[in-house]
Amino acid sequence: MNDRSDTPATDHLHLAVALDGAGRHPAAWREPPARPARLFSAGYWTGLVAEAERGLLDFVTIEDALGPQAPPDRTGHVTGRLDAVLLAARLAPVTTRIGLVPTATTTHTEPFHVAIGIATLDHVSGGRAGWRPQISARAEEARHFGRRDLPDVLEPYHVADLLDEAGDAVEVARSLWDSWEDGAEIRDVATGRFLDRDRLHYADFRGRWFDVKGPSITPRPPQGQPVVALLAHAGPALELAARSADVVFVTPSDREGAAALVRQIRALPRTGEPLKIFADLVVFLGAGAAERKARLDELDGAAFEGAASDAAVFTGTPEELADLLLDWRDAGIQGFRLRPGGLPHDLKAVTRGLTSALRRRGAFRDAYEAGTLRGLLGLPRPVNRHLPVGAR
Amino acid sequence: MPRTASRRRLHLAAHFPGVNNTTVWTDPRSGSQIDFASFLHLARTAERGRFDFFFLAEGLRLRELKGRVHDLDVAGRPESLTVLSALAAVTERLGLAGTVSATFNEPYELARRLATLDHLSEGRAAWNVVTTSDAFTGENFRRGGFLDRADRYTRAEEFLRLARALWDSWRPDAVAADQELGRFVRPGAVGEVRHHGRHFTVQGRFTLPRSPQGHPVIIQAGDSDEGREFAAANADVIFSRHGTLEDGRAFYADVKRRLARHGREPHELKIMPAATYALGDTDAEAAENAAEIRRLQVGPQTATAFLEQIWGRDMSAHDPEGPLPDVEPAADAGISQGRVQVADRLAVAAKWRAVAEEKRLSIRDLVIEMTGRQSFVGSPETVARRMEEFVEAEAADGFILVPHLTPGGLDPFVDRVVPILQERGVFRTEYTGTTLRDHLGLAAPRRTP
Repeated sequence: MNDRSDTPATDHLHLAVALDGAGRHPAAWREPPARPARLFSAGYWTGLVAEAERGLLDFVTIEDALGPQAPPDRTGHVTGRLDAVLLAARLAPVTTRIGLVPTATTTHTEPFHVAIGIATLDHVSGGRAGWRPQISARAEEARHFGRRDLPDVLEPYHVADLLDEAGDAVEVARSLWDSWEDGAEIRDVATGRFLDRDRLHYADFRGRWFDVKGPSITPRPPQGQPVVALLAHAGPALELAARSADVVFVTPSDREGAAALVRQIRALPRTGEPLKIFADLVVFLGAGAAERKARLDELDGAAFEGAASDAAVFTGTPEELADLLLDWRDAGIQGFRLRPGGLPHDLKAVTRGLTSALRRRGAFRDAYEAGTLRGLLGLPRPVNRHLPVGAR
Repeated sequence: MPRTASRRRLHLAAHFPGVNNTTVWTDPRSGSQIDFASFLHLARTAERGRFDFFFLAEGLRLRELKGRVHDLDVAGRPESLTVLSALAAVTERLGLAGTVSATFNEPYELARRLATLDHLSEGRAAWNVVTTSDAFTGENFRRGGFLDRADRYTRAEEFLRLARALWDSWRPDAVAADQELGRFVRPGAVGEVRHHGRHFTVQGRFTLPRSPQGHPVIIQAGDSDEGREFAAANADVIFSRHGTLEDGRAFYADVKRRLARHGREPHELKIMPAATYALGDTDAEAAENAAEIRRLQVGPQTATAFLEQIWGRDMSAHDPEGPLPDVEPAADAGISQGRVQVADRLAVAAKWRAVAEEKRLSIRDLVIEMTGRQSFVGSPETVARRMEEFVEAEAADGFILVPHLTPGGLDPFVDRVVPILQERGVFRTEYTGTTLRDHLGLAAPRRTP
């Protein structure tokens, strides 16, 4: 399953879309063509991911958390989410090429369960799985588990601890994914052995937060290592991404900020393939984008910009967005995770408008060139950590 | 045979072949245990046969024998709910049942995953609640072997109670999604759960609306007194392991009798034993096929491994095709991990020796004789008639069928036995409902506000 493209189109941008509820704007659900009553149905999501695949996007991410988004008195906002890993699995059989990158929290969950869930997603999708590990820093979510106390206001050392734990969770997952070598299932009738147990390996992970013995119960995923993608806003998370992830999502506010982040990330310690740097942008697209956003702001009673959004907000035409993306590409950004302001409107503007505009500039694919997510990202299938160096 | 209105209908489920020696991998038709195509094949076969549900077992650590990973049986499995969620996309009516541990999960997260599966499958989710207290499996999890054996069911009971409170916490009409009014949820419709118990302290609001079935179907598989009581109080289906008509009737009567104590009617709990089968054009041919399957299930190395499990010591020096050697079983603890422990090894060993001597069996033939024979052997007519007898005799409400081949082992049953069951009027010819509760004839769960 070597999907590395023979002729990597290095000047092509990678494009992903972040799917969440009715879109990124808090009032997005209130205007047609949003379908807020359908948010918890499979059909809602299969429609969105089919659109994304039609647009030849690299992958979709699916947001998640272990608690409701809105406090109980905010009845005017979307609240409630499906489990993202299971949702991604539900989408796998109805798609063929697009990558599926669910969020799964590392703070209260079992690293073993998360690792086999993502490995299973990779099996059911034929090598299109990713994982966005996310920490849970909310005291409210800690009370859903009752196993640890988190204060309502976190100190930096709390966040550092949660990130440290997330790093261990990623390391455990990667170790479990490698715990079966590719040829471990031998089916040797003569000796009666289904497995060659010399090709199975204990993780034997011992850390500050948990110990995990292994091996995995799930054979090595088709990609070897599913893609790990981290959203990182600041130093400690960027360091974790450089150490552990394949892809990082950053949130610069302009080209200069993007260039500075790229320099900062490239200076961090890293082994293996270079980290893929994606920038996140919230997008309102189309001829009437500014008016539409203004209407939503009014409905919500607050302007969605500045401190209201961690990522920069773009309002304009797909052509203008294409110019901006190429400008940021020159600053070292390799891909973009676009967060549609409203679904499905701004998704369609990406898949139909933006991709055409980029293609006219020679900066986006006109067909899927690989069958796995690693292949689409130009990442090789990694050699198992348990193989001797000479065999790699 | 005339159809009568009083004839008891049976329920059928398909168990994906598990990680033990009953799954034959040496057969050239044997396919992958992990490729999605295998799950798809079995699920679609089950749906073609109008089965009630598809069933996945769970084992959270690879089994070990003599301190090493057991290498003779099929191994490797997916995360249950993830693969079931994918199957929801490629099936329409089939129930999707996953085994998930109540020991190594937390209620908020698991309740949410199960509710997700119920939403994504439009009401076809089921949870087989299992418990484990073993430290061996615990080595893969944060808390290790934290739970005393005696507390397995107290935790499971509290876990389920809390899960039900979370599933009930959104009023059925909570989502207004009123674009005009700007009201996504109705005021006061999303309740806060406050639970303070011996095993869990949980406070907060759930992240999903009430799912199509209200609560997923609850399955229970333990056979101990506590397990039976837990099922009588909580379960919709029991996955039992009583293979003979007599054992089945005794178990059935015992469990159904317990229901009244919990204010429940006999029909509210379905008893579905695991069942294996071997078919043939005639009963004689089926018997030959059954014997052949048993020989494939118990190869020479597997025979030795079984003997070692009972004897508790290394037996690899003895030819499995030869007689049982004059070696006493070790008195100390067993040598296998992650599989069902043999309760009284010394007594079992004595019984095995008696049978071996009486019938003059080799080690391999002894193991074939003493372990895992097929529940139903015969022509399709014979098997259909026997199954109906079990149900008529109140030894079962249906069966969870365990094929010996992945993924095609169910096809002959669906092609040849199901039509006869349908012809005899004891099995559905079409789905009449859309949810698993519909298939099983179970009422919607009462909502505790």
